[in-house]
Amino acid sequence: MTENPMTVPVFDVRDVTFRYHQVTALEGLSLAIPPGKRIALLGANGSGKSTLLRLLDGLAFPEKGEITFCGEPLSEERLQSPEFAYPFRRRVGMVFQNPDIQLFSPTVFDEVAFGPLQLQWPKDKVLAAVKEMLEAMRITHLKDRSPHHLSTGEKKRVTLASVLVLDPEVLLLDEPTSALDPKSASQMIDFLIGLRGGAKTVVTSTHDLDIVEDIADECFVFQTGRLVAAGTPTEILRQTSLLEQTNLTHAHRHIHATGETHSHPHLHPHKH
Amino acid sequence: MNFLERTLAGFLNAVEHALDAEDLAKANGLLQCLDPRVKVIGILILVIAAATAHKLWVIGAVFAFALLLAASSRVSPLLLGRRVWIPALIFTGIIAFPAPFVIPGRVVWRLPGLGWPLTAQGLMSAGYLVTRVETAATLSVLLILSTPWTRVLKALRVLRVPVVLVVILGMAYRYIFLLLESARDMLESRRSRMVGKLNGPDNRRLAAASVGVLMSKTLQLSGDVYSAMLARGFRGEVYMLDDFQTAALDWIMLVLIAALAAAAFYYGR
Repeated sequence: MTENPMTVPVFDVRDVTFRYHQVTALEGLSLAIPPGKRIALLGANGSGKSTLLRLLDGLAFPEKGEITFCGEPLSEERLQSPEFAYPFRRRVGMVFQNPDIQLFSPTVFDEVAFGPLQLQWPKDKVLAAVKEMLEAMRITHLKDRSPHHLSTGEKKRVTLASVLVLDPEVLLLDEPTSALDPKSASQMIDFLIGLRGGAKTVVTSTHDLDIVEDIADECFVFQTGRLVAAGTPTEILRQTSLLEQTNLTHAHRHIHATGETHSHPHLHPHKH
Repeated sequence: MNFLERTLAGFLNAVEHALDAEDLAKANGLLQCLDPRVKVIGILILVIAAATAHKLWVIGAVFAFALLLAASSRVSPLLLGRRVWIPALIFTGIIAFPAPFVIPGRVVWRLPGLGWPLTAQGLMSAGYLVTRVETAATLSVLLILSTPWTRVLKALRVLRVPVVLVVILGMAYRYIFLLLESARDMLESRRSRMVGKLNGPDNRRLAAASVGVLMSKTLQLSGDVYSAMLARGFRGEVYMLDDFQTAALDWIMLVLIAALAAAAFYYGR
Protein backbone atom coordinates (compact mmCIF):
# COMPACT_ATOMS: atom_id res chain seq x y z
CA MET A 1 0.00 0.00 0.00
CA THR A 2 1.40 3.43 -0.91
CA GLU A 3 1.58 6.15 1.72
CA ASN A 4 -0.61 9.22 1.34
CA PRO A 5 1.78 12.05 0.34
CA MET A 6 -0.12 14.44 2.62
CA THR A 7 0.73 12.31 5.65
CA VAL A 8 4.44 11.87 4.88
CA PRO A 9 6.39 14.70 6.55
CA VAL A 10 8.37 16.96 4.22
CA PHE A 11 11.23 16.65 6.69
CA ASP A 12 11.52 14.03 9.38
CA VAL A 13 14.39 14.68 11.78
CA ARG A 14 15.22 11.70 13.99
CA ASP A 15 17.59 11.90 16.96
CA VAL A 16 19.99 14.24 15.14
CA THR A 17 23.24 15.42 16.70
CA PHE A 18 25.57 17.90 14.97
CA ARG A 19 28.81 19.46 16.16
CA TYR A 20 31.00 22.26 14.81
CA HIS A 21 34.40 20.89 15.80
CA GLN A 22 33.98 20.47 19.59
CA VAL A 23 30.89 22.66 19.96
CA THR A 24 27.55 20.87 19.99
CA ALA A 25 25.05 22.77 17.85
CA LEU A 26 22.20 20.22 17.93
CA GLU A 27 21.78 17.27 20.28
CA GLY A 28 19.30 14.41 20.02
CA LEU A 29 16.87 16.51 17.99
CA SER A 30 13.67 14.90 16.70
CA LEU A 31 10.87 16.73 14.93
CA ALA A 32 8.67 16.42 11.85
CA ILE A 33 7.62 19.13 9.42
CA PRO A 34 4.33 18.32 7.70
CA PRO A 35 3.59 19.47 4.15
CA GLY A 36 1.90 22.85 3.60
CA LYS A 37 2.59 24.07 7.13
CA ARG A 38 4.28 27.30 8.12
CA ILE A 39 6.76 26.54 10.87
CA ALA A 40 8.69 28.98 13.06
CA LEU A 41 11.95 27.87 14.66
CA LEU A 42 12.33 30.06 17.74
CA GLY A 43 15.43 30.48 19.84
CA ALA A 44 18.13 32.90 20.91
CA ASN A 45 21.38 33.29 18.99
CA GLY A 46 23.39 30.06 19.02
CA SER A 47 20.40 27.87 19.87
CA GLY A 48 20.81 25.74 16.72
CA LYS A 49 18.09 27.17 14.44
CA SER A 50 20.40 28.08 11.54
CA THR A 51 22.25 24.77 11.86
CA LEU A 52 18.96 22.92 11.53
CA LEU A 53 18.10 24.89 8.39
CA ARG A 54 21.50 23.99 6.88
CA LEU A 55 20.86 20.32 7.67
CA LEU A 56 17.37 20.49 6.13
CA ASP A 57 18.84 22.04 2.99
CA GLY A 58 21.47 19.31 2.66
CA LEU A 59 24.36 21.72 3.16
CA ALA A 60 25.61 19.87 6.24
CA PHE A 61 24.93 16.34 7.48
CA PRO A 62 24.25 15.01 10.97
CA GLU A 63 26.97 13.30 12.94
CA LYS A 64 24.32 11.06 14.46
CA GLY A 65 20.69 10.41 13.59
CA GLU A 66 18.86 10.73 10.30
CA ILE A 67 16.88 13.25 8.25
CA THR A 68 14.44 12.27 5.52
CA PHE A 69 12.95 14.46 2.81
CA CYS A 70 9.47 13.28 1.69
CA GLY A 71 10.32 9.83 3.00
CA GLU A 72 13.73 9.58 1.30
CA PRO A 73 16.98 9.77 3.28
CA LEU A 74 18.69 13.16 2.95
CA SER A 75 22.34 12.17 2.96
CA GLU A 76 25.59 13.25 1.33
CA GLU A 77 25.56 10.12 -0.85
CA ARG A 78 22.01 10.78 -2.06
CA LEU A 79 22.89 14.38 -2.96
CA GLN A 80 25.78 13.14 -5.10
CA SER A 81 23.23 11.59 -7.43
CA PRO A 82 21.78 14.00 -10.03
CA GLU A 83 18.49 12.05 -9.99
CA PHE A 84 17.98 13.12 -6.37
CA ALA A 85 19.96 16.38 -6.24
CA TYR A 86 18.32 18.29 -9.12
CA PRO A 87 14.70 17.71 -8.02
CA PHE A 88 15.68 18.35 -4.39
CA ARG A 89 17.32 21.70 -5.21
CA ARG A 90 14.29 22.66 -7.32
CA ARG A 91 11.83 21.71 -4.58
CA VAL A 92 13.68 23.19 -1.59
CA GLY A 93 14.88 26.81 -1.54
CA MET A 94 16.83 28.50 1.21
CA VAL A 95 17.23 32.20 1.94
CA PHE A 96 20.31 32.88 4.05
CA GLN A 97 20.48 35.37 6.89
CA ASN A 98 23.33 37.38 5.37
CA PRO A 99 22.23 38.42 1.87
CA ASP A 100 25.81 39.19 0.83
CA ILE A 101 26.77 35.52 0.80
CA GLN A 102 23.83 34.69 -1.42
CA LEU A 103 24.38 37.52 -3.88
CA PHE A 104 27.55 36.35 -5.57
CA SER A 105 26.69 37.16 -9.20
CA PRO A 106 27.79 40.40 -10.84
CA THR A 107 24.26 41.73 -11.47
CA VAL A 108 20.77 41.23 -10.06
CA PHE A 109 19.62 39.65 -13.33
CA ASP A 110 22.47 37.10 -13.27
CA GLU A 111 21.72 36.38 -9.63
CA VAL A 112 18.07 35.50 -10.27
CA ALA A 113 19.06 33.47 -13.35
CA PHE A 114 21.73 31.49 -11.47
CA GLY A 115 19.44 28.78 -10.02
CA PRO A 116 17.49 28.03 -13.22
CA LEU A 117 20.74 27.92 -15.20
CA GLN A 118 22.35 25.44 -12.81
CA LEU A 119 19.24 23.26 -13.09
CA GLN A 120 19.80 23.46 -16.86
CA TRP A 121 16.47 24.96 -17.81
CA PRO A 122 16.24 25.97 -21.50
CA LYS A 123 17.38 29.54 -22.21
CA ASP A 124 13.90 30.79 -23.17
CA LYS A 125 12.41 29.40 -19.98
CA VAL A 126 15.19 30.97 -17.89
CA LEU A 127 14.66 34.40 -19.48
CA ALA A 128 10.88 34.23 -19.06
CA ALA A 129 11.09 33.01 -15.43
CA VAL A 130 13.62 35.68 -14.45
CA LYS A 131 11.60 38.46 -16.09
CA GLU A 132 8.42 37.29 -14.36
CA MET A 133 10.12 37.03 -10.97
CA LEU A 134 11.77 40.46 -11.23
CA GLU A 135 8.35 41.94 -11.99
CA ALA A 136 6.63 40.00 -9.19
CA MET A 137 9.19 41.21 -6.63
CA ARG A 138 9.15 44.74 -8.12
CA ILE A 139 12.88 44.76 -8.73
CA THR A 140 12.98 45.00 -12.53
CA HIS A 141 14.58 48.45 -12.22
CA LEU A 142 17.50 46.85 -10.35
CA LYS A 143 18.24 44.12 -12.90
CA ASP A 144 21.51 45.56 -14.21
CA ARG A 145 22.73 46.77 -10.82
CA SER A 146 25.60 45.22 -8.92
CA PRO A 147 24.49 43.75 -5.54
CA HIS A 148 27.10 46.01 -3.93
CA HIS A 149 24.94 49.01 -4.78
CA LEU A 150 21.74 47.71 -3.19
CA SER A 151 20.28 48.57 0.22
CA THR A 152 19.82 45.71 2.70
CA GLY A 153 16.07 45.67 2.00
CA GLU A 154 16.68 45.42 -1.75
CA LYS A 155 19.29 42.71 -1.20
CA LYS A 156 16.78 40.66 0.79
CA ARG A 157 14.21 41.01 -2.00
CA VAL A 158 16.76 39.89 -4.57
CA THR A 159 17.75 36.86 -2.45
CA LEU A 160 14.07 35.90 -2.18
CA ALA A 161 13.59 36.36 -5.92
CA SER A 162 16.67 34.23 -6.64
CA VAL A 163 15.11 31.37 -4.67
CA LEU A 164 11.44 31.83 -5.61
CA VAL A 165 12.29 31.82 -9.33
CA LEU A 166 12.63 28.04 -9.00
CA ASP A 167 9.10 27.90 -7.53
CA PRO A 168 10.18 25.67 -4.62
CA GLU A 169 7.64 23.68 -2.65
CA VAL A 170 9.61 24.21 0.56
CA LEU A 171 11.06 27.54 1.62
CA LEU A 172 13.69 27.72 4.38
CA LEU A 173 14.16 31.28 5.67
CA ASP A 174 16.95 32.19 8.08
CA GLU A 175 16.09 35.34 10.06
CA PRO A 176 14.26 37.00 7.15
CA THR A 177 13.73 40.33 8.96
CA SER A 178 17.16 40.70 10.57
CA ALA A 179 19.06 43.94 9.82
CA LEU A 180 16.05 45.39 7.98
CA ASP A 181 14.69 48.85 8.69
CA PRO A 182 11.08 48.87 10.00
CA LYS A 183 9.53 49.54 6.57
CA SER A 184 11.52 46.79 4.79
CA ALA A 185 10.82 44.39 7.68
CA SER A 186 7.11 45.14 7.37
CA GLN A 187 7.23 44.49 3.59
CA MET A 188 8.99 41.19 4.23
CA ILE A 189 6.35 40.15 6.79
CA ASP A 190 3.59 41.11 4.35
CA PHE A 191 5.24 38.88 1.81
CA LEU A 192 5.50 35.96 4.25
CA ILE A 193 1.84 36.43 5.23
CA GLY A 194 1.04 36.29 1.53
CA LEU A 195 2.40 32.75 1.46
CA ARG A 196 -0.46 31.63 3.73
CA GLY A 197 -2.82 29.30 1.96
CA GLY A 198 -0.29 28.48 -0.73
CA ALA A 199 0.97 24.97 -1.30
CA LYS A 200 4.37 25.88 0.11
CA THR A 201 5.88 24.57 3.30
CA VAL A 202 7.69 27.48 4.95
CA VAL A 203 10.23 27.03 7.74
CA THR A 204 11.34 30.35 9.24
CA SER A 205 14.04 30.72 11.86
CA THR A 206 13.57 33.83 13.99
CA HIS A 207 13.81 35.29 17.45
CA ASP A 208 11.37 38.07 16.65
CA LEU A 209 8.27 37.07 18.62
CA ASP A 210 6.23 39.96 17.23
CA ILE A 211 5.98 38.32 13.82
CA VAL A 212 5.44 34.71 14.89
CA GLU A 213 1.64 34.72 14.93
CA ASP A 214 1.60 36.22 11.43
CA ILE A 215 4.07 33.89 9.78
CA ALA A 216 3.60 30.51 11.50
CA ASP A 217 1.01 27.83 12.20
CA GLU A 218 3.37 25.90 14.47
CA CYS A 219 6.46 26.74 16.50
CA PHE A 220 9.47 24.82 17.74
CA VAL A 221 11.44 26.44 20.54
CA PHE A 222 15.19 25.74 20.78
CA GLN A 223 17.70 26.21 23.55
CA THR A 224 21.39 25.30 23.26
CA GLY A 225 20.77 22.78 20.51
CA ARG A 226 17.79 21.07 22.09
CA LEU A 227 14.08 21.27 21.33
CA VAL A 228 12.44 22.51 24.53
CA ALA A 229 8.86 23.19 23.41
CA ALA A 230 6.48 22.87 20.49
CA GLY A 231 2.98 24.21 19.86
CA THR A 232 0.88 26.80 18.11
CA PRO A 233 2.08 30.42 18.30
CA THR A 234 -0.68 31.26 20.80
CA GLU A 235 0.30 28.34 23.05
CA ILE A 236 4.00 29.24 22.94
CA LEU A 237 3.56 33.00 23.40
CA ARG A 238 1.43 32.35 26.48
CA GLN A 239 4.33 30.60 28.25
CA THR A 240 6.19 33.65 29.56
CA SER A 241 8.50 31.64 31.81
CA LEU A 242 9.58 29.48 28.83
CA LEU A 243 10.24 32.58 26.74
CA GLU A 244 12.31 34.14 29.52
CA GLN A 245 14.22 30.94 30.11
CA THR A 246 15.09 30.68 26.39
CA ASN A 247 16.13 34.38 26.20
CA LEU A 248 13.31 35.20 23.80
CA THR A 249 11.87 38.04 25.91
CA HIS A 250 13.64 40.80 27.72
CA ALA A 251 12.73 43.38 30.31
CA HIS A 252 11.44 46.79 29.26
CA ARG A 253 12.10 49.69 31.60
CA HIS A 254 9.58 52.47 31.88
CA ILE A 255 8.69 55.35 34.21
CA HIS A 256 5.20 55.66 35.67
CA ALA A 257 3.44 58.99 36.24
CA THR A 258 4.33 58.69 39.91
CA GLY A 259 8.01 58.81 38.94
CA GLU A 260 8.55 55.17 39.87
CA THR A 261 10.80 53.25 37.45
CA HIS A 262 10.43 49.52 37.01
CA SER A 263 11.02 46.81 34.43
CA HIS A 264 9.31 43.61 33.36
CA PRO A 265 9.30 41.38 30.28
CA HIS A 266 6.45 41.74 27.79
CA LEU A 267 5.44 41.13 24.18
CA HIS A 268 3.87 43.46 21.64
CA PRO A 269 1.12 41.35 20.06
CA HIS A 270 -1.72 43.06 18.22
CA LYS A 271 -4.64 41.80 16.19
CA HIS A 272 -7.15 43.78 14.17
CA MET B 1 46.60 57.47 9.04
CA ASN B 2 49.43 54.99 8.67
CA PHE B 3 50.71 53.36 5.50
CA LEU B 4 48.26 50.43 5.67
CA GLU B 5 45.23 52.64 6.15
CA ARG B 6 46.33 54.97 3.36
CA THR B 7 46.83 52.00 1.03
CA LEU B 8 43.39 50.60 1.87
CA ALA B 9 41.75 53.98 1.39
CA GLY B 10 43.51 54.22 -1.97
CA PHE B 11 42.26 50.78 -3.00
CA LEU B 12 38.70 51.59 -2.01
CA ASN B 13 38.90 54.87 -3.86
CA ALA B 14 40.20 53.16 -7.01
CA VAL B 15 37.46 50.53 -6.86
CA GLU B 16 34.78 53.16 -6.33
CA HIS B 17 36.17 55.06 -9.35
CA ALA B 18 35.90 51.86 -11.36
CA LEU B 19 32.21 51.82 -10.50
CA ASP B 20 31.84 55.48 -11.49
CA ALA B 21 33.17 54.48 -14.91
CA GLU B 22 30.05 52.33 -15.29
CA ASP B 23 28.01 55.53 -15.61
CA LEU B 24 29.90 56.29 -18.82
CA ALA B 25 29.16 52.76 -20.03
CA LYS B 26 25.45 53.62 -19.84
CA ALA B 27 25.85 56.79 -21.97
CA ASN B 28 24.33 56.93 -25.44
CA GLY B 29 27.39 56.61 -27.70
CA LEU B 30 28.68 54.52 -30.59
CA LEU B 31 30.75 52.02 -28.58
CA GLN B 32 28.08 51.78 -25.90
CA CYS B 33 25.58 50.62 -28.58
CA LEU B 34 27.80 47.81 -29.82
CA ASP B 35 27.64 44.17 -28.77
CA PRO B 36 30.45 43.60 -26.20
CA ARG B 37 31.73 40.64 -28.23
CA VAL B 38 32.21 42.89 -31.28
CA LYS B 39 34.06 45.39 -29.11
CA VAL B 40 36.34 42.74 -27.59
CA ILE B 41 37.20 41.24 -30.99
CA GLY B 42 37.46 44.61 -32.78
CA ILE B 43 39.66 46.24 -30.16
CA LEU B 44 41.88 43.16 -29.91
CA ILE B 45 42.45 43.22 -33.70
CA LEU B 46 43.28 46.95 -33.62
CA VAL B 47 45.69 46.51 -30.69
CA ILE B 48 47.50 43.73 -32.59
CA ALA B 49 47.59 45.88 -35.74
CA ALA B 50 49.12 48.81 -33.82
CA ALA B 51 51.58 46.57 -31.97
CA THR B 52 52.88 44.90 -35.14
CA ALA B 53 53.00 47.98 -37.42
CA HIS B 54 56.50 49.11 -38.44
CA LYS B 55 55.54 52.56 -39.68
CA LEU B 56 54.76 55.44 -37.36
CA TRP B 57 52.07 56.90 -39.63
CA VAL B 58 50.18 53.58 -39.57
CA ILE B 59 50.22 53.52 -35.75
CA GLY B 60 49.15 57.17 -35.88
CA ALA B 61 46.22 56.27 -38.13
CA VAL B 62 45.03 53.58 -35.69
CA PHE B 63 45.42 56.09 -32.86
CA ALA B 64 43.37 58.63 -34.84
CA PHE B 65 40.65 56.00 -35.32
CA ALA B 66 40.69 55.40 -31.55
CA LEU B 67 40.18 59.16 -31.05
CA LEU B 68 37.23 59.07 -33.45
CA LEU B 69 35.73 56.19 -31.51
CA ALA B 70 36.24 58.11 -28.24
CA ALA B 71 34.59 61.25 -29.64
CA SER B 72 31.59 59.30 -30.92
CA SER B 73 31.26 57.50 -27.57
CA ARG B 74 31.22 60.64 -25.38
CA VAL B 75 34.62 59.89 -23.88
CA SER B 76 36.36 63.24 -23.41
CA PRO B 77 40.03 63.73 -24.38
CA LEU B 78 40.53 65.19 -20.91
CA LEU B 79 39.48 61.91 -19.31
CA LEU B 80 41.70 59.93 -21.67
CA GLY B 81 44.59 62.28 -21.01
CA ARG B 82 44.26 61.93 -17.25
CA ARG B 83 43.58 58.19 -17.17
CA VAL B 84 45.69 56.93 -20.10
CA TRP B 85 47.97 59.27 -22.00
CA ILE B 86 49.88 60.86 -19.11
CA PRO B 87 50.33 57.64 -17.02
CA ALA B 88 51.28 55.66 -20.18
CA LEU B 89 53.71 58.37 -21.25
CA ILE B 90 55.38 58.42 -17.83
CA PHE B 91 55.56 54.63 -17.65
CA THR B 92 56.87 54.02 -21.17
CA GLY B 93 58.91 57.24 -21.12
CA ILE B 94 61.06 55.83 -18.32
CA ILE B 95 61.65 52.66 -20.33
CA ALA B 96 62.14 54.47 -23.66
CA PHE B 97 64.28 57.33 -22.34
CA PRO B 98 67.72 55.60 -22.72
CA ALA B 99 66.94 54.29 -26.23
CA PRO B 100 67.91 57.44 -28.24
CA PHE B 101 71.27 57.50 -26.45
CA VAL B 102 72.21 53.81 -26.52
CA ILE B 103 70.94 52.65 -29.92
CA PRO B 104 73.68 53.22 -32.51
CA GLY B 105 72.88 55.18 -35.69
CA ARG B 106 72.98 58.58 -37.33
CA VAL B 107 73.61 61.26 -34.69
CA VAL B 108 71.06 64.08 -34.93
CA TRP B 109 71.89 66.03 -31.76
CA ARG B 110 74.22 65.98 -28.76
CA LEU B 111 73.18 66.58 -25.14
CA PRO B 112 74.70 69.97 -24.14
CA GLY B 113 77.38 69.68 -21.48
CA LEU B 114 77.59 65.89 -21.46
CA GLY B 115 77.89 65.52 -25.22
CA TRP B 116 75.86 62.27 -25.33
CA PRO B 117 74.77 61.52 -28.92
CA LEU B 118 71.07 61.29 -29.77
CA THR B 119 70.53 58.94 -32.74
CA ALA B 120 67.73 58.96 -35.33
CA GLN B 121 67.32 55.17 -34.97
CA GLY B 122 67.10 55.51 -31.17
CA LEU B 123 64.48 58.23 -31.43
CA MET B 124 62.51 56.06 -33.86
CA SER B 125 62.60 53.09 -31.45
CA ALA B 126 61.44 55.24 -28.54
CA GLY B 127 58.72 56.71 -30.78
CA TYR B 128 57.48 53.24 -31.74
CA LEU B 129 57.33 52.12 -28.12
CA VAL B 130 55.50 55.21 -26.88
CA THR B 131 53.00 55.40 -29.75
CA ARG B 132 52.23 51.67 -29.66
CA VAL B 133 51.63 51.72 -25.90
CA GLU B 134 49.53 54.90 -26.08
CA THR B 135 47.40 53.47 -28.91
CA ALA B 136 46.91 50.06 -27.26
CA ALA B 137 46.13 51.63 -23.88
CA THR B 138 43.67 54.11 -25.41
CA LEU B 139 41.81 51.32 -27.22
CA SER B 140 41.72 49.07 -24.12
CA VAL B 141 40.47 51.87 -21.88
CA LEU B 142 37.77 52.73 -24.44
CA LEU B 143 36.53 49.13 -24.15
CA ILE B 144 36.43 49.32 -20.34
CA LEU B 145 34.85 52.79 -20.25
CA SER B 146 32.13 51.92 -22.74
CA THR B 147 31.20 48.49 -21.35
CA PRO B 148 30.14 47.42 -17.84
CA TRP B 149 32.85 45.14 -16.45
CA THR B 150 30.41 42.26 -16.08
CA ARG B 151 29.60 42.44 -19.80
CA VAL B 152 33.31 42.54 -20.69
CA LEU B 153 33.82 39.35 -18.67
CA LYS B 154 30.94 37.60 -20.39
CA ALA B 155 32.20 38.76 -23.79
CA LEU B 156 35.55 37.09 -23.06
CA ARG B 157 33.73 33.81 -23.65
CA VAL B 158 33.92 34.62 -27.37
CA LEU B 159 37.71 34.27 -27.04
CA ARG B 160 37.16 30.80 -25.55
CA VAL B 161 38.04 31.90 -22.03
CA PRO B 162 36.71 29.06 -19.81
CA VAL B 163 33.37 29.73 -18.06
CA VAL B 164 34.85 28.92 -14.68
CA LEU B 165 37.51 31.65 -15.10
CA VAL B 166 34.87 34.18 -16.14
CA VAL B 167 32.78 33.28 -13.08
CA ILE B 168 35.79 33.51 -10.75
CA LEU B 169 36.69 36.96 -12.12
CA GLY B 170 33.08 38.08 -11.72
CA MET B 171 32.93 36.86 -8.12
CA ALA B 172 36.29 38.46 -7.32
CA TYR B 173 34.94 41.76 -8.64
CA ARG B 174 31.81 41.31 -6.53
CA TYR B 175 33.54 40.48 -3.23
CA ILE B 176 36.54 42.80 -3.42
CA PHE B 177 34.26 45.62 -2.21
CA LEU B 178 32.96 43.62 0.72
CA LEU B 179 36.42 42.56 1.89
CA LEU B 180 37.93 46.03 1.44
CA GLU B 181 35.10 47.52 3.47
CA SER B 182 35.59 44.87 6.09
CA ALA B 183 39.31 45.69 6.28
CA ARG B 184 38.60 49.41 6.53
CA ASP B 185 36.04 48.83 9.33
CA MET B 186 38.59 46.74 11.23
CA LEU B 187 41.22 49.47 11.01
CA GLU B 188 38.76 52.21 11.92
CA SER B 189 37.52 50.31 14.96
CA ARG B 190 41.13 49.86 16.03
CA ARG B 191 41.85 53.56 15.56
CA SER B 192 38.76 54.51 17.60
CA ARG B 193 40.24 52.67 20.60
CA MET B 194 43.74 54.05 20.33
CA VAL B 195 45.36 57.12 21.85
CA GLY B 196 48.61 58.37 20.36
CA LYS B 197 50.76 56.59 17.83
CA LEU B 198 52.07 53.04 17.81
CA ASN B 199 55.73 52.39 17.25
CA GLY B 200 56.93 50.56 14.12
CA PRO B 201 57.10 46.97 15.46
CA ASP B 202 53.68 47.25 17.19
CA ASN B 203 52.19 48.70 14.04
CA ARG B 204 53.56 45.83 11.95
CA ARG B 205 52.33 43.28 14.51
CA LEU B 206 48.82 44.76 14.38
CA ALA B 207 48.91 44.89 10.57
CA ALA B 208 49.90 41.21 10.45
CA ALA B 209 47.10 40.34 12.91
CA SER B 210 44.59 42.27 10.76
CA VAL B 211 45.74 40.39 7.66
CA GLY B 212 45.24 37.10 9.53
CA VAL B 213 41.72 38.06 10.67
CA LEU B 214 40.83 39.19 7.16
CA MET B 215 42.16 35.92 5.78
CA SER B 216 40.01 33.88 8.13
CA LYS B 217 36.99 36.07 7.27
CA THR B 218 37.69 35.45 3.59
CA LEU B 219 37.80 31.69 4.15
CA GLN B 220 34.54 31.81 6.12
CA LEU B 221 32.93 33.92 3.38
CA SER B 222 34.08 31.58 0.63
CA GLY B 223 32.63 28.59 2.51
CA ASP B 224 29.31 30.38 2.99
CA VAL B 225 29.15 31.49 -0.64
CA TYR B 226 29.86 27.93 -1.75
CA SER B 227 26.97 26.70 0.43
CA ALA B 228 24.69 29.34 -1.09
CA MET B 229 25.72 28.16 -4.57
CA LEU B 230 25.09 24.51 -3.67
CA ALA B 231 21.67 25.44 -2.30
CA ARG B 232 20.68 26.70 -5.75
CA GLY B 233 21.79 23.69 -7.72
CA PHE B 234 25.53 24.26 -8.31
CA ARG B 235 27.25 20.92 -8.80
CA GLY B 236 30.74 21.91 -9.95
CA GLU B 237 29.81 22.94 -13.50
CA VAL B 238 28.92 26.60 -14.01
CA TYR B 239 26.32 27.60 -16.57
CA MET B 240 26.02 31.15 -17.84
CA LEU B 241 23.48 33.06 -19.84
CA ASP B 242 25.08 34.67 -22.88
CA ASP B 243 22.27 37.12 -23.53
CA PHE B 244 24.03 39.11 -26.26
CA GLN B 245 22.27 40.13 -29.46
CA THR B 246 24.00 41.44 -32.55
CA ALA B 247 22.43 44.15 -34.71
CA ALA B 248 23.28 45.51 -38.19
CA LEU B 249 25.47 48.23 -36.65
CA ASP B 250 27.61 45.55 -34.94
CA TRP B 251 28.33 43.84 -38.25
CA ILE B 252 29.04 47.15 -40.01
CA MET B 253 31.51 48.19 -37.30
CA LEU B 254 33.14 44.75 -37.25
CA VAL B 255 33.68 44.85 -41.02
CA LEU B 256 34.97 48.45 -40.82
CA ILE B 257 37.41 47.60 -38.02
CA ALA B 258 38.55 44.42 -39.80
CA ALA B 259 39.17 46.43 -43.02
CA LEU B 260 41.12 49.08 -41.10
CA ALA B 261 43.18 46.45 -39.31
CA ALA B 262 43.88 44.63 -42.62
CA ALA B 263 45.06 47.93 -44.15
CA ALA B 264 47.24 48.57 -41.07
CA PHE B 265 48.79 45.09 -41.37
CA TYR B 266 49.42 45.62 -45.10
CA TYR B 267 50.84 49.16 -45.01
CA GLY B 268 52.58 48.68 -41.67
CA ARG B 269 54.74 45.76 -42.82
